[in-house]
Amino acid sequence: MNRIIYLDNAATTRLNPKVLDSMLPYLKESYGNPSSIHFLGRENKKAIDKAREQVAKSLNAQFNEIFFTGGGSESDNWAIKGVAFANESKGKHIITTNIEHHAVLHTCKYLEKYGFEITYLPVKSNGIIDIEDLKKAIREDTILISVMFANNEIGTIQPIKEIGEIAREKGIYFHTDAVQAIGHIPIDVKELNIDLLSLSAHKFNGPKGVGVLYIKSGVNILSMIHGGGQERGKRAGTENVAGIVGLGEAIEIATKDIEKKSKYLITLRDRTIKELINRIPDTILNGDPKKRLPGNINVCFKYIEGESILLMLDMKGLAASSGSACTSGSLKPSHVLLAIGLPHEIAHGSLRLTLSEETTDKDMEYLLEVLPPIVENLRKMSPLIKNK
Amino acid sequence: MITGSKKKVLLGMSGGVDSSVAAFLLQKEGYDVIGVTMKLHKDSNNDEGCCSINAVEDARRVANKLGIQFHVFNMEEEFKKYVIDYFIKEYEAGRTPNPCIACNRYIKFGALLDKAKSLGIDYVATGHYAIIEKSNDRYILKMAKDDTKDQSYVLYNLTQEQLSKTLFPLGKYKKKEIREIAKKIGLQVASKPDSQEICFVEDNDHFNFINQNSTKPITKGEIVDIKGNVLGYHEGITKYTIGQRKGLGISLGKPMFVVDIDAENNRIVLGSNEDLLIKELDVTDINWISINKLENKIKVKAKIRYKAKEETATVTPIDNNRIKVIFDTPQRAVTPGQSIVFYQNDNVVGGGIIS
Repeated sequence: MNRIIYLDNAATTRLNPKVLDSMLPYLKESYGNPSSIHFLGRENKKAIDKAREQVAKSLNAQFNEIFFTGGGSESDNWAIKGVAFANESKGKHIITTNIEHHAVLHTCKYLEKYGFEITYLPVKSNGIIDIEDLKKAIREDTILISVMFANNEIGTIQPIKEIGEIAREKGIYFHTDAVQAIGHIPIDVKELNIDLLSLSAHKFNGPKGVGVLYIKSGVNILSMIHGGGQERGKRAGTENVAGIVGLGEAIEIATKDIEKKSKYLITLRDRTIKELINRIPDTILNGDPKKRLPGNINVCFKYIEGESILLMLDMKGLAASSGSACTSGSLKPSHVLLAIGLPHEIAHGSLRLTLSEETTDKDMEYLLEVLPPIVENLRKMSPLIKNK
Repeated sequence: MITGSKKKVLLGMSGGVDSSVAAFLLQKEGYDVIGVTMKLHKDSNNDEGCCSINAVEDARRVANKLGIQFHVFNMEEEFKKYVIDYFIKEYEAGRTPNPCIACNRYIKFGALLDKAKSLGIDYVATGHYAIIEKSNDRYILKMAKDDTKDQSYVLYNLTQEQLSKTLFPLGKYKKKEIREIAKKIGLQVASKPDSQEICFVEDNDHFNFINQNSTKPITKGEIVDIKGNVLGYHEGITKYTIGQRKGLGISLGKPMFVVDIDAENNRIVLGSNEDLLIKELDVTDINWISINKLENKIKVKAKIRYKAKEETATVTPIDNNRIKVIFDTPQRAVTPGQSIVFYQNDNVVGGGIIS
């Protein structure tokens, strides 16, 4: 059997066995509907309350500011559409960036059809916005700023605190897609002046199909799903109890000891990047070398396609990604890599390796052993290198 | 991916019955099959047809059922360059192209084969109905056993190198047998209809497609008879093909056909059915398969379009990339831009483009 090395933790993560254990009772014996009066119902309601407390504590938010959703994309959709349509009498201008996840970008595109104007802030070549650009983009009718905490492809971390301060000063709602950041960067929504925050359980060793939208008290937002009174009437439908319990457990574990985990990952990440650049000529690191997620490596190998590298790594038991999970298979050059100024043909050759605490030195040694010959072989076949 | 000692083959899967059964047959022959659906063009509002979401899903479900790996490769850029742009350019030059031939040459057995090689995969396979056999030191392309489905015509451009790395597992089966196998092994695509039209042109409306995708403006012009008398006006030469009778937009009291498309003067020339008959033609852009080079004239059977019958003809070399074909009897609506393919018995001798 080949060894399996999982380096695609930005796509999803392994379910923590402790999290699974916490979920099992709600998939087996405790099957009540949380809205029911009887003991099985109450037990489930209690479990959801506990998870809500766990999330609130992890973000330094209030219990009643946490709303469970079906995942990160739903949270992003809700935050943006919900704020836009609830506040359109105040203005129809929204500011975001051109490196957001598609859950944000495509929601903004959708709003354009309804007369909203969207400013897509560019990023500098290091993948980070210029705060002056944001200041200049703000108008009288700006109702929402949505800037991701950390990028899913190149891992760059945005100046969230500064954005929050500006938004606060101007009285504009500030949403951040923190799907990639939770568990890797300490987040305090009060200190960072965040009004809305999206997160997704499966990115921090929780189950898939469950997420959270943090909505600060007082934010004017429409309901996501109409129906029963679940989630304070804002997101109707019988709750995904096991998923919610798992999310609560997972976020508690993930936000513990962030500093220690980061230190380990940063060392491993930086050593791997250095070695990749040493051993493989014409390798470019995408995104800021320091202001990036501790486990994120995103490199371009000139003259070849990322997809071919992935298939070859796959044969060697290495699970990696090119760009985001959503763009694999579509081979469109990543909008993020184009946004940091890479030309088309180089953006095609990207490889994203996202590590976890479970990734070992040995794993990285194996990667560094198999990757250079793969790149070399593919370059031999490449039509691009012939035109060099 | 699993690595083993089995020979690996990259199979193009469209989600249709042919390529699905091809996967099964290759597996049975002992190959390690890796399925791939190529995304070749954007299909805006179309859920059906090749390259659509449904096609990819059908192919993936077949792959899962057979327990083979499956990938989607995006080859839109290559397809646009070698197939769509060529298609438009040919129509604009007054010729009638065959995009499937270009796709086979440059995409399926070009870009896809290159991809296979770079991934260390030994062969490329498709669900085409044709046979490849090795005879002495040459790879020979032969007609399929099912002559109603034979696709050797669209494959005449394959080089010896390409043929040596290609497998056509369906060549020795009848279409009926393929559908039966699909049913027997429980493939949900067993009764899917065959694809017919050009895959990237919606509703088979190539005129509209060219209008939307061309960089050149479509200009109206004259419709004339053979002597140059103006009979009426056309909406753009790309709307017409040689031999066309319907949709000319003018009534002349007798059957008239498009006999020439004069791109230079932006004119459509009409004539009688007799004016469409041609005995001699020149062919360029030639590929030989059963022979290395044409030294002297040979007797062949020739097909002037995909669905045409083979007719006896003599082929004579003119120069390196140009030959003359003389049919025993005159042929109707010989169309510049289409391919002519030569056969001896069931073997493809070679072919080229009618100039």
